[in-house]
Parts: sequence; C-alpha cells; structure tokens
Amino acid sequence: MTDFRLASLRPATPALLSRRDLLRGTAALGGMAALSMALPGAARAQSGLTVGFIYVGPRDDFGYNQSHAAGAAAVKAMEGVTVVEEENVPETQDVQKSMESMINLDGATLLFPTSFGYFDPHILTLAPNNPDVRFQHCGGLWSADKHPANVGSYFGYIGMGQYLNGIAAGHASVSKKIGFVAAKPIPQVLLNINSFLLGARSVDPSITCQVIFTGEWSLAVKEAEATNALVDAGCDVITCHVDGPKVVVETAAGRGAFVCGYHADQSALAPEKYLTGAEWNWAKVYTDMVTATLAGEAIPNFVRGGLADGFIRMSPLGPAVPEAGRAQFEAVKAEIEKGGFSVIKGPLKDNQGNIVAADGEAFLETDPVLEGMGYLVEGVIGSTS
Amino acid sequence: MENDLGWWAVPLAVLGGAIRVSTPILFVSLGEMLTERSGRINLGLEGTLVFGAMAGYATAVVTGDPWAGVVLAALAGAVFGLVHGLICSMARVNDIAIGIAMMLLGTGLAFYFGKPFIQPVAPDLPSIPFGWWSDVPQVQAALNVNVLFLLGIAAALVLHWGLRSTKPGLILRVVGDSTDAARAMGLRPAVIRTMATAIGGAFAGVGGAYLSLFYPGSWNEGISSGQGLMAVALVIFARWQPINCFWAAMLFGGAGALGPALQSVGVTEGYYLFYAAPYVLTLGVLIATSSPNRALAGAPGELSITK
Repeated sequence: MTDFRLASLRPATPALLSRRDLLRGTAALGGMAALSMALPGAARAQSGLTVGFIYVGPRDDFGYNQSHAAGAAAVKAMEGVTVVEEENVPETQDVQKSMESMINLDGATLLFPTSFGYFDPHILTLAPNNPDVRFQHCGGLWSADKHPANVGSYFGYIGMGQYLNGIAAGHASVSKKIGFVAAKPIPQVLLNINSFLLGARSVDPSITCQVIFTGEWSLAVKEAEATNALVDAGCDVITCHVDGPKVVVETAAGRGAFVCGYHADQSALAPEKYLTGAEWNWAKVYTDMVTATLAGEAIPNFVRGGLADGFIRMSPLGPAVPEAGRAQFEAVKAEIEKGGFSVIKGPLKDNQGNIVAADGEAFLETDPVLEGMGYLVEGVIGSTS
Repeated sequence: MENDLGWWAVPLAVLGGAIRVSTPILFVSLGEMLTERSGRINLGLEGTLVFGAMAGYATAVVTGDPWAGVVLAALAGAVFGLVHGLICSMARVNDIAIGIAMMLLGTGLAFYFGKPFIQPVAPDLPSIPFGWWSDVPQVQAALNVNVLFLLGIAAALVLHWGLRSTKPGLILRVVGDSTDAARAMGLRPAVIRTMATAIGGAFAGVGGAYLSLFYPGSWNEGISSGQGLMAVALVIFARWQPINCFWAAMLFGGAGALGPALQSVGVTEGYYLFYAAPYVLTLGVLIATSSPNRALAGAPGELSITK
C-alpha cells in the first residue's frame, strides 16, 4: 500500500501550455496524426533539452533517492535544460506510464529512471518504441547484443566505499562483530556486504559480519527491528544498503553502536557515532552526461566510475575513528584512487566453503564479473536465499 | 562476546519486538474497534495513522516537545474521524468507500505537508527502563517500554470496562447492534456514530505519533507500510473485544520480530517465509475460529460487512 504518489511535483502547466499553443497553431493544418507527431517536437523546441528523473521513493530520504535528486538539482541549474521529476514511482507498470508521460507530454528525450527494478521489463518495453529517446538506467547490466542501443547503463563502484567503511569499522569495533542491514540479495548489495567485511578483516581477520535482509528497499519498522536484532546479537558497528538509511543510523546510534553511512552523508543524524560513509556523487555524473548530450555527442552505453572518477566519495571521518584507523583509511583511499585496487582477491572462499577466487586471482573494481555476484564471502553470517 | 545469548535471543527479541512494534497497531485497532462497535467501518485509519505520524513529528520539530506532537496528532486524527463520520451521516453514503477516500486523502496530505520535515530530527518520546534489574543489555533493550504502550494497555482496559458496564458503553452497543432499537430509545445513531468515529480517529492519530516519535522514530513517507490497514483487519481477528485487540497487536508485533531475530542467530535461509509469519498466523487463527454455521461471533449487527 505505498503507491500514493505526488503528482504535484511534475510541472503540469508547461505541458498544458505547449499543448494549447500547439492546438491553436496546428488547427489550420488539422488532422490528429499531425498533432500527435508534432507534439513532442514542439515541446522540445520550446525548452531546449528536457531531462526526466524518476525516483522509487521520496527525494529527500537521506539516502538513495536524495543522492539522485541532488544530481538532478545540479542538472536543473544548467543553461538550456528543463528538468522534470517524479518521485514515489513503484517498479511496476506505473514507471512505464511515468516514462511515457514524460516523453509524450513533456517532450523529454533523456530519461534517468534511477531504480534497479525499472530496467527489465519496463525500460526494455519502451525503448524500442521510442528510438529518439535516450534511457539511462542506474545499475542495470546493459549488454550490446541483448539490449537496444538507445538504452544505457551507469553505476559507480561504491563497493570500494564500503571497503573503506569496513576499515573504519574494523578499527572501531570492540566486539569484533559488525552488522549489515540489507534490502535484497542482488549483486550490488552482496558486493557491498562482502566489501564491508573484507575491509574490516584487513584490520583484524577475526571479525565477522552478520547480515539481515529486510526483503524490501524501504520498510522503516523492519529496518529498525533488523538493527535492534543486530545490536542484540553483539554487533557494535552497523551499516546498511537500504534506500533511506535514516532509520538504521538513528536506531543503531540510539542503541550505542557505531554506524557507517551509505548513499548520502548521514553524519548529522549521529555526530558522535558516525564513523564515515560511502556516498554517491551523481551531480558530476549527470552534468557530464547532459553536457555531452547538449554538445550533440553520444553518451556511452556503459558508464562506470569509482572514487578516482568522482562518482563516489567518502563522508569525513567521525571523531570515534582512532588514529591508526585514520592512517590506514587514508592510505587505502589513496591506493584505490590510483586505480588497480582489488577487494575481491584470492585466496577467498564464500561462506558455503566454495572457492570464489583462487590464490593469485584478483578482480579489479571494473571487472563485470563482480556485477553478477551471487555469494557472501567467508565470515559473513547470512544467506542469499 | 560475553553477552551472547544464543537461542535465548529469539524469544527475547520476539518479546521486545512485540512491545516495540505493537503500540501503533494497538491504538489503530482500538480506535477501529470503537468505530465498528457503533456500526460503522472506517477504512481511512491508515491515512489517519500516516497523517498523525507527520503531524506529531512536525509539531515536535517546531515546538521541541514530543507530547505536544502526540496531542496534535490526536486532534488531527479526531478531525479526520469527524469528517468521515459527518459524510457518512448523510443519506445513501457508503462508509467503506468514504474510508478509502479518507485513506488516500490522509496519506496525500501527510506527504504534501510532510516534505519539509523528512530531514529535521525531532525529540523522541520518553521510555521507562523496566529492564533495570538485569545486567544483560539485550534484556534492558527489550524492556525499554514507551509510555504510550502503557497508555494503550490502560485504554484497552478502560474500553473493556466502559463498553461492558457504563451507560455510554451501552448506548454505543445499542447503536451498533440495531439502529431501529436505538431510535426507539430516543437515541440519535448518526450523532453517536460520528462521535465514535472521531474518537477512533484520535486513537489512530496517537498511533501515528508513536511511529514517528518513538519507533522507528522518524518521519518518512514509507513509515506505516500498511500497518494501519492490518490493524483494521485485526479488529475482526480480535472479535471486537478491546482486550483481544491488545493480544492481537502483541502477537502481530512479536511475529514481525521473528524474521530479523532468526537471521541474527544464524537461521538465514527462507527469511521471506518468516516475514510472512504474522499473516499466516492471522489466517490460521481466523480459519480455526470460524464456522460455516454461524455469523462472526461478537460482530455488531449494523456493520455493513455483516448485513
């Protein structure tokens, strides 16, 4: 029952105005076919480039959607660009309607449907019918032989951020047990969990990480219960991968545990307990893509970037991180920014005992194999099913 | 870890979860029980819950006093109930349809007015540490009981006594069981139902304030995740009895804590199944206690689902 979305965010008047102008202008020509064909073009000519952003939750959730909305705000400030946004759009047929409305009524030719579940089948349904529209999807694994050419995929190597979170956590943890509140066992989430533990284990190999899956991207009460259960189980540093980390951060800090942030900077919620956080920097990514489009250049279909590329960044270290932790954190961060750093490297087993990386084998952050991750590494207490 | 409780962590977490999660469900179901005992259904309490959460949080942010938030949430809930009650008092108006409209209105208004309050942090409601006798932090955490939970228990007891042994309780039951009998006694059913709906709305508003001001303790648009609707359904499960509403809410809250608790002790497979536990439990009890040979025991006669 969360499908109550706000229509008020969409600027309805420009679309109506353009339609009215158009009706007046095309009345002499007549014919509904001419009208329907002229509509998007007319709207486009009026406002330059129109870019649409679609979010799965509210735009100010201290998390995933807020990070994207901050990027959209940066695009909004650009010359010759109109931005239309819609929030609280579920990963159902609804997103197809939102996209169609942005294309047909607002004249959007560049769309950023930002939620993982928007890709298949929703974007893949609309893309072939709208060859002039560019669909940029966050997190999907686009492949040239399977998917249309007007669809692109972009994401950042935020697992590296969780690895750095893990280093801070490893230095702050006394119980040697850290916790992770996760939404769903999809590859990006699994990579984050694994990176968090491996970061902590680079400090102390005896550390374990307990994971609790809530099953949904945004379920406030379940996230609070999961956080309480982790603290009850003895975890003294908590991080998460849910859409809005506010509840997890506040609940964990309220129970006296340290927290590492995710998606956006949550240090204001728990100034004493916040160690650091892995944040997105979509403003750079989005303004780059829009600049390219305005210049008539094509956006690559497959865009990825990490700390070095400015796609992600770390929150400033909190007061609870000890001196040794600060030194290691900064050293590893500098190492990652140089490139060529591997979090997943052999010898490494998953928590079922299978070898996932042989001795000497290492996966770079850019390796597409990591985007199909289906395991939790040894030391993570949890299951992917 | 010295305080590793092993499997004992599970019943403890279920108890703690029952206390933490049940309060909003308890308040909404008590409010709905009161409304339904008068012969009307108010499905809008999900909207009232969400609006109460927003109104309570916003008031607490602005005034710095969480109790002011609770009071305002109750008032806002009463207004929503009053609107529902007044509209339903008109001829040929369907209370279920109005309830759905009020639910959408409540959530919509809460989202609209709540935008500026997602980011600020409001002061929390105080809680009483009933776990002081224990050295185990998990026990202390589980028994950290919010005042509203105790108020909810008190309200359930007062309603139980009031419906049974007082004149207003009798009037409410008469109106709920037979409009004709109530009219013959000189009562005005529409007025009484409207009042019952308004008071029920106030209960739901307080439940919302608990959500945003104590647990999980922040305002966001997904805060309720359907708890208000579930609470309305639990009234049938509780057979319109206030004390049963309390047990139903505790059961539901505790069952909801089972999933995370089992994962935390290492039972990690099939958590989707554990998350369905509260719903399976509700279904099971309803099936076990229903009979094809008689109507739902305890159902008010004027309720549109029993007519």
